[in-house]
Amino acid sequence: MTGFWQGVVEPGFFSSAPVHSAVAVGAIVAVVSGMTGVFTVIRGHSFAGEALGDIGSTGGSASYLLGINPLIGFLGLSVLGAGLMSATGARTRKARDVETGIVVGGALGLAALFLYLDTTRTSTTGAPVTILFGSIFTVPSSTLPIVAVLGGVTLTILLALYRMLLLTSLNPGLAAARGTSVRLVAVAYLALLAVAVSLSAITIGTILSTALLIGPPATALRLTDSPGRATVLAAVIGVASTWLGILLAYDSDYWPRQHGWPASFLIVTIIVAGYLLARVFGRDIRQPAFG
Amino acid sequence: MIPTDTALISSDEAILSVEGVGVRFGTRTVLDEVSFTIRPGEFTGLIGSNGAGKTTLLRVILGLQPATGTVLIGGRPRRGRDRLVGYVPQKIALDPDIPLRARDVVGLGLDGHRLGVPLPTRRRRALVAEALDAVDATRFADARIGNLSGGEQQRVLIAHALISRPRLLLLDEPLANLDVRSEHAVVDLLSRIARDRRIGVLLSAHDMNPLLDAMDRVVYIADGHAASGPTDEVVQSDVLSRLYGHHVDVIRLHDRILVSVGRVDRPDEPSEHGPIVVP
Repeated sequence: MTGFWQGVVEPGFFSSAPVHSAVAVGAIVAVVSGMTGVFTVIRGHSFAGEALGDIGSTGGSASYLLGINPLIGFLGLSVLGAGLMSATGARTRKARDVETGIVVGGALGLAALFLYLDTTRTSTTGAPVTILFGSIFTVPSSTLPIVAVLGGVTLTILLALYRMLLLTSLNPGLAAARGTSVRLVAVAYLALLAVAVSLSAITIGTILSTALLIGPPATALRLTDSPGRATVLAAVIGVASTWLGILLAYDSDYWPRQHGWPASFLIVTIIVAGYLLARVFGRDIRQPAFG
Repeated sequence: MIPTDTALISSDEAILSVEGVGVRFGTRTVLDEVSFTIRPGEFTGLIGSNGAGKTTLLRVILGLQPATGTVLIGGRPRRGRDRLVGYVPQKIALDPDIPLRARDVVGLGLDGHRLGVPLPTRRRRALVAEALDAVDATRFADARIGNLSGGEQQRVLIAHALISRPRLLLLDEPLANLDVRSEHAVVDLLSRIARDRRIGVLLSAHDMNPLLDAMDRVVYIADGHAASGPTDEVVQSDVLSRLYGHHVDVIRLHDRILVSVGRVDRPDEPSEHGPIVVP
């Protein structure tokens, strides 16, 4: 047994400080993304999730110029983006997608400028890769408490709104008839989405944050019909994929003829593989479950 | 059967009274001086063609649409969320990707407006099982709502509305897109619920024929005006002619009623298809 574990876990994994930090941050981010993502999928907000990540990258890239913690930049801009998306008051999904696309375009233009300045005016030449594709092993240890608090607050609000989110997702009319403010729930949800996406931006990068937000929930929704189980399962799949990705990334330094694979690539690949497995072997949800 | 709180309202008092309700969208009058009452146990059809103002009237009763006039529920003006009113909305499109089983949807009828996560208590499970049983939906309680047929979804939504023990049940076009057999099943179910539980049922439809056997009274809407009373008294040529403001024929054919409006009110609408029949 010991021999087996020595083969799976390369030396120093459990004593490495960057690994500790990666495992903790990765778990929090995966739980928040997975549970928030269930509602992103059922509300048809996947594009908005991707957009908020892209908008956040503008803030992330500006942070390097300003010399502040990138998480603050990511958060500031994605929450602002969520506010803009709520304020447009687009009534149809098509109108919403168009307006989101315009805002994203503008934000990414600015991000291109900031990333250019990052590499030419500051010494952080690795900033573009870190912002776009993440670097879970270099998350500063001072970021962990912020991630924990933000994650805790996001989950608390998400669980508080759980039933209203389900009912407004099923049919806004049903929720409105019970005195629920459909608009308020939608705005609160977009804010939660912005925080969830910012958190995953610092771990696997803005480009890949969508994978962590959409992948585990999409897999969970193929495996269960119960909303509670889907929410828990999405978190579990997210954490398992993230941890496995971290382990493999660490181990890959020791693999023959390799000098390490990026954790983001491994995490996202595991998530996508999990989804494909669920599609192939999971029950077809479009078939009635009863006989 | 779920016992209803009979102490709350005496059986003869109107559960819903609509007095002189009017709604204007800009310069267009959608509802004008609409008045009627519904007593517990009564099955009332809200009949009118598309665009006559049925949904607007239901939204006024739900407190979602500002209006002039008075709406009293259980003898009192309605407060924010009124537990006395259950509601089944119109043409609800249920996505099979939403991870909600029939029993989850019914459970949300109990506490879908509350904060927090629902706890699977024995009481909650029993109430959900009871409501599912009342609409004969126990068989598909664990199926995803989006995978059910139109008639099955309609039954689940009725259970969703019933579980909070309303005294008034509002249904917006629940028979739209149903096949004839499901139409009958839903109407029979609602008629039984109205009688057994002493609930006032107000159901909107553009076709009154599927409701004829079950309906105690009718509220007939045309061009924002309404006539109400027992079906046989309201669905008469002279009453509907006054409502429409021109001559209307009411034809009784075997067990069906055909209302021939006879002319098109809006001049911009094509008239080559002859008289519009509101069956």
